[in-house]
Amino acid sequence: MSFLENRFEQNIVTTTVDSVFNWARKSSLWPMSFGLACCAIEMIASTTARFDIARFGSEVFRPSPRQSDLMIVAGTVTLKMAPVLKRLYDQMPEPKWVISMGACSSVGGPFNTYATLQGVDKIVPVDVYVTGCPPRPENLFYALMKLQDKIDATPNLVKRPTEVHLEEAMLEEFKRSVMIAQTQNPAAEPSGPISSGLVTLEPRRG
Amino acid sequence: MDNSHIAALGGLVLEASDTLNEATVHVAAEKIIEVLSLLKSRGFNRLSAVSGVDWHPREPRFELVYNLHALPLKGGKQERIRVKCRVSGAAPEIASAVPVWEGAGWYEREIFDLLGVTFTGHPDMRRLLMPEGWVGHPLRKDFPIHGHKYDYAENK
Repeated sequence: MSFLENRFEQNIVTTTVDSVFNWARKSSLWPMSFGLACCAIEMIASTTARFDIARFGSEVFRPSPRQSDLMIVAGTVTLKMAPVLKRLYDQMPEPKWVISMGACSSVGGPFNTYATLQGVDKIVPVDVYVTGCPPRPENLFYALMKLQDKIDATPNLVKRPTEVHLEEAMLEEFKRSVMIAQTQNPAAEPSGPISSGLVTLEPRRG
Repeated sequence: MDNSHIAALGGLVLEASDTLNEATVHVAAEKIIEVLSLLKSRGFNRLSAVSGVDWHPREPRFELVYNLHALPLKGGKQERIRVKCRVSGAAPEIASAVPVWEGAGWYEREIFDLLGVTFTGHPDMRRLLMPEGWVGHPLRKDFPIHGHKYDYAENK
């Protein structure tokens, strides 16, 4: 019965640092206004009251790469624009993400010509690709939500436990031992397939 | 349109037509500055455009088209005239029209960029549209249309 007991339970939430960081980052993605072609019109439309990108916390389009952390490459990237795009990406502070919006920026779109970059992922790392020519605002929002999911799963300070990798043979051996443990009389059926309920295991050959 | 302009050019004209009230004159490439200056003195005070045509594989390969416009500043009739000349494909070169109309500068830079015709006497003969360091002239008929995309049909 200490003095502090039950004093803070209505004011304190226990969580991990990662959760807080990722929550803050994904909830206020500031996109850079980087409209290159007709996709930009849909990007602009997604900021209007009808679609309202502010619902996802990314309505603050910044005219400067130094204040933004999301680059929506909206439109055809020409070879002349490519070095400019790369420079702007490099000027954005970490952490930063890229959405490739539309067919043109993803794979060059219909413009398989001498002047068009065939996919913006040749010069900057892309997190989410959006299909469409141009994509509707709903499509952009889906990409934004996918990006938020991705940010949510990013480890920052806390290392996530690595996935347990099991050798196939190890797994078989484990199953086998479990099966043997469940068999009423293992000595009676050593050579035949071990069967217990749903799982059937073939005995090891050789 | 009256043909007084064509008549005034006299021996400079190789070929002339005056269809649909729009005169077209073909002149020799070496005489282009002379022709343009003369037409400017006759009231064609504005150069509306300079364009280039690639007639590959015909020779002379390139055709330059100067669209002139007489803008009457004190009332009167507007007039237009087209001046065409041909330059060879081996070493395409022609005198720049910048000394006559300064506005010709960027038109000529565009033609130099996309067709590869060099304009002698141009104050700033650089590419206009394509990136610096680009090899080739994209609007030439023998320039590959497609870029460097991975071709699915060829790599089955």
